[in-house]
Amino acid sequence: MKIGIVCPYSWDVPGGVQFHIRDLAEHLIRLGHEVSVLAPADDDTPLPPYVVSAGRAVPVPYNGSVARLNFGFLSAARVRRWLHDGTFDVIHIHEPASPSLGLLTCWAAQGPIVATFHTSNPRSRAMIAAYPILQPALEKISARIAVSEYARRTLVEHLGGDAVVIPNGVDVDFFAKAEPKAEWQGDTIGFIGRIDEPRKGLPVLMKALPRILAERPQTRLLVAGRGDEEEAVATLPAEMRSRVEFLGMVSDEDKARLLRSVDVYVAPNTGGESFGIILVEALSAAAPVLAADLDAFAQVLDQGAAGELFANEDADALADAALRLLGDPARREQLRERGSAHVRRFDWSTVGADILAVYETVTDGAASVDTDERTGLRARFGLARD
Amino acid sequence: MTSTLIWIAVGLFAIGLYLSWTAGRLDRLHARIDAARAALDAQLLRRASVAQELATSGVLDPAASIVLYEAAHAARQAEEEQREVAESELSQALRAIFTQPGQVEAVREAPGGEAAAGELAQAVRRVPMARRFHNDSVRAARALRRHRNVRWFRLAGHAPFPMAFEMDDEPPAALADRAAS
Repeated sequence: MKIGIVCPYSWDVPGGVQFHIRDLAEHLIRLGHEVSVLAPADDDTPLPPYVVSAGRAVPVPYNGSVARLNFGFLSAARVRRWLHDGTFDVIHIHEPASPSLGLLTCWAAQGPIVATFHTSNPRSRAMIAAYPILQPALEKISARIAVSEYARRTLVEHLGGDAVVIPNGVDVDFFAKAEPKAEWQGDTIGFIGRIDEPRKGLPVLMKALPRILAERPQTRLLVAGRGDEEEAVATLPAEMRSRVEFLGMVSDEDKARLLRSVDVYVAPNTGGESFGIILVEALSAAAPVLAADLDAFAQVLDQGAAGELFANEDADALADAALRLLGDPARREQLRERGSAHVRRFDWSTVGADILAVYETVTDGAASVDTDERTGLRARFGLARD
Repeated sequence: MTSTLIWIAVGLFAIGLYLSWTAGRLDRLHARIDAARAALDAQLLRRASVAQELATSGVLDPAASIVLYEAAHAARQAEEEQREVAESELSQALRAIFTQPGQVEAVREAPGGEAAAGELAQAVRRVPMARRFHNDSVRAARALRRHRNVRWFRLAGHAPFPMAFEMDDEPPAALADRAAS
């Protein structure tokens, strides 16, 4: 099958959506499909052979932060050329509602279009204003995929229509087979995520830490992720700061080894998560998981069966649950077992098969993708000769 | 005087352009429904065929075979108005048979059973998918057709008002469980 995938965010900037698209493309290529990814990228960044650059993304303030978006005449022209040259059987657009490549492709294409909605942002004012523009583009999409039941619900509420739920994929074996590292083992709590992004929840964990250390002084907290390390420990009493180790940005291999080594992986995120790929990675590595009870997290953890949940933003609840887990090796072993069995449904072999099933469903009984040539006025009034 | 006329002409032209564009949107939506309906038909037919094959293969016990054969046959032969009911009954029959503990394993162990079970699992997963895509396209077309401009100018022409396909498509838990497959 010839598949075109559209990535809305810069290929050179690491991010969940980009990684998802990279893994999906590589999985599909391994299965023998022809895949081309259209992504914003600087012209001089080295790209894998299956990625086509759609030009540089422009940083503009959007939705409360600075987003790097692609728009304008040049990008639109590149999209049309990519569609025309690709002659795809199906195109798969990610984040079609963000004002970037996804929306441009939606406008320019016709034929079987699959779209994945990753974020579950509350409806923004811009989106309400843009609704009359968005709707004609979104109604071209033949199949919608939401990454979680939670994302699907927001999609149904804000845009109408329905979607199938297919979770993000993870290479489970990559994490399951990683070698634990001795220096990260023994009464360790793990945290992975941007340090200076409050929504990732490190401040909540820092608030809970004094109580955990008071009861179990041998505990260490391992933090992987970029950000200001001094600022992160500023709220902690000085004598406890040595119990926090910052590992900085870690490679994928080290991330897997870290998850394999820790006694408890804590995900104290306070919101803004629509899926929680890091939890799936932790489960793959058979790490006992303790996570905030966000909708998306509860779903990944099978409502608490595959990992423990604590009340969101409640540092005391986090401390209680962490102490309980650290002091109960039998419970941790049980979580490791349940997690490893539960996580199989997120493996690329399952997720990729589901995504291919969607592609096959929409290409059944449909022509291939092409640029959308507007019908002439004469044709519309039945005056043109066929 | 002339400028007023020109403005009226420009206005009329703009309205015409808008209506023409809306008609194009509607046309595309109808095409999408047709494609989605064809895909749904294909999936339903595939599911009924696999079920019927399984019923006649002798892997299941005789009583289950008859129940499944009846349901699959009825689903394939159903008239358009009876289709939703017949397909729902096939879903119920599949659920009744495959919720029995050990039934899926028994099918897998039979010669050629692994492939048959895999095909059936795929079919029962794809039917809800295709139906959701179909009903989503129906909803989009209905939303546009209810718009007053579309109604006043009869942009939908003679195309029948699109109907959603409502059925019970809950797959048997033993077949749908991803961890086991």
